[in-house]
Amino acid sequence: MDVFSSLMDGFATALTPMNFLYAVIGVLLGTAVGVLPGLGPAMTVALLLPVTYVLEPTSAFIMFAGIYYGGMYGGSTTSILLNTPGESSSVVTAIEGNKMAKAGRAAQALATAAIGSFVAGTIGTALLAVFAPIVVKFAVSLGSPSYFAIMVLALLAVTAVLGSSRLRGFASLGLGLAIGLVGIDSVTGQRRLTFGQPLLADGLDIVVVAVAIFAVGEALWVAAHLRRNPLQVIPVGRPWMGKQDWKRSWKPWLRGTAFGFPFGALPAGGAEIPTFLSYVTEKRLSKHPEEFGHGAIEGVAGPEAANNAAAAGTMTPLLALGLPTNATAAVMLAAFTSYGIQPGPQLFSSQGPLVWALIASLFIGNFLLLIINLPLAPLWAKLLQLPRPYLYAGILFFATLGAYSVNLQAFDLVLLLVLGALGFMMRRFGLPVLPLILGVILGPRIEGQLRKTLQLSAGDPAGLWSEPIAIGVYIIIAIILIWPLLFKLIRRNRPATSLLSPNATRGNEPTDVARGNVTHGSQRGDATTDGDGDGDG
Amino acid sequence: MSSSPTLASRLKGRSELGVALLLGAVGVLVLVDAIALVTPYSKSDPVGPKTLPYLVAGLLIVCAVLLAINVLRGGQGEAEGGEDVDLTHPADWKTVLPLVGAFVANILLIDWAGWVISGTILFWGSAWALGSRHYIRDGIISVGMSVLTFYGFYLGLGIPLPAGLLEGVL
Repeated sequence: MDVFSSLMDGFATALTPMNFLYAVIGVLLGTAVGVLPGLGPAMTVALLLPVTYVLEPTSAFIMFAGIYYGGMYGGSTTSILLNTPGESSSVVTAIEGNKMAKAGRAAQALATAAIGSFVAGTIGTALLAVFAPIVVKFAVSLGSPSYFAIMVLALLAVTAVLGSSRLRGFASLGLGLAIGLVGIDSVTGQRRLTFGQPLLADGLDIVVVAVAIFAVGEALWVAAHLRRNPLQVIPVGRPWMGKQDWKRSWKPWLRGTAFGFPFGALPAGGAEIPTFLSYVTEKRLSKHPEEFGHGAIEGVAGPEAANNAAAAGTMTPLLALGLPTNATAAVMLAAFTSYGIQPGPQLFSSQGPLVWALIASLFIGNFLLLIINLPLAPLWAKLLQLPRPYLYAGILFFATLGAYSVNLQAFDLVLLLVLGALGFMMRRFGLPVLPLILGVILGPRIEGQLRKTLQLSAGDPAGLWSEPIAIGVYIIIAIILIWPLLFKLIRRNRPATSLLSPNATRGNEPTDVARGNVTHGSQRGDATTDGDGDGDG
Repeated sequence: MSSSPTLASRLKGRSELGVALLLGAVGVLVLVDAIALVTPYSKSDPVGPKTLPYLVAGLLIVCAVLLAINVLRGGQGEAEGGEDVDLTHPADWKTVLPLVGAFVANILLIDWAGWVISGTILFWGSAWALGSRHYIRDGIISVGMSVLTFYGFYLGLGIPLPAGLLEGVL
């Protein structure tokens, strides 16, 4: 079957009344948790996992897809109206978006974010539909050595590239891998790290770990530093754009999409780097560079498109290789496994209808987001005023409920509290959360591939690099690991260059990013402003 | 003798060393646990269940040492910001501890008293800890949410949350 007819079948599945209803629920729920501080799509999917066990897997994943895209969309609303972005991927949107809102142009900022998200999401999903089968064709030829290498790459890249401190990233990864070790070893039946406790023999449930780190850790952390005087939410009417806004937005949307999709599809891509690149590019290409820093619409349109295209890009390695590159994808991978579905190249052949229904529902979710959320924007703005005691009490309430309903045992709640305290500590001392989650989920898989590889080579370590792809991946890993050393060397030789290190994108205050751009832009601005043929013709 | 005051002053404000200590402790724990595993060498599984734990333990211990050095040299992890996070004031334990208290109360009560009662205490206690002083309104919301989720899970999802003391009433 070719892509198009498979996709049409997918639409037929996704548009049945029940599945369509789940898509609507997912989109609304996703936007709500994206808007609300302290919640995110990864945690929401984790919380809903036990609840969705009664559903058909297809319906559950259609809902998860809606939550994923909705969460991305909701994050931009918060950053535009509040100026303190919750998700790191909306940091860049906040720079110009909040300035626009303060200047009375919140409606236009929300509109360009929503329509840009729709454009980027639709193109991104189309690219996913085209590229995922191609990646699958390539991936079925890969053996365990290559998978082992690719998974190690994904772990190391997330740990080493994102975040402001690599050391703390690796510390977080180590903790995650250790959590992933707990339980009976599937090959030999040995109990690892169970301390004679039978309740630990099945390992730590990923729902409990994810909910503890994301929800309980966050609630405790916020409780310790709760803002005394609530932030001002900028009131907003129905989003709309004038002709001039459209003219200034459509190219940033397309360029943002071009940045977002490939980065989302790469291991450790995520949305931080492409949104940042999109911002810098728009600033350089803009006909109104003086408006940047005071609310330039291009600075909202581009990064928002990049953000959503990256979300679509993330689905490519998840569906084609079973490789998650961000927290939501990691939890979705756990969801696949808990339904007894093995993600990876076989997924398209063994679960074809499910995968194509999922891809179709991504298109539908995107469309729903646009038509539902443009009129609902004032309502979402109201949601931001929910009293914080209720919000965080509610998060703890549902976290408890979600974790308890997996096995109906109070012991899971003890784990929830202990791991929640770990999440608190990580936030306090700047340990990134993502490496831990990926470590928990990918650790056991990496071990499985390692054992398979050495089983095939009869214990000869040379089996690890017996496939050309594996060798290529190890070279990339080496480059990632020694890159900071090279970087230091280059800087020492040429102290005048002030290039931004890729590590500086996350964890910086928006103002720092903006300041960094000023120097960056002024260095190269002269060379590119008139020479580029991309102006309005 | 002379080194102790400098050591004390060095340790002051370096609570992050606790993180290094935790990493090291987990690393040693993983290592000890892995050593205790007894597995005969098998041809079908040359890697065995010990390899990954050894690697993880190594990673954790190395991270612990490097982090300790980093912190003693003045390095600092960046505390995470957020919409509702105000990092200008120090950690407010008067909020966190009652919150943890409400959570622990729920753990202790859930199987005996049932979800409706323990969930009510959890929500009401958390809202109180976080500064809400609308006792009656909070109470109504707490009971409402607990009862709704109880029936929602039971009727909608077929998950029987414990009824506890209210068994027969619900």
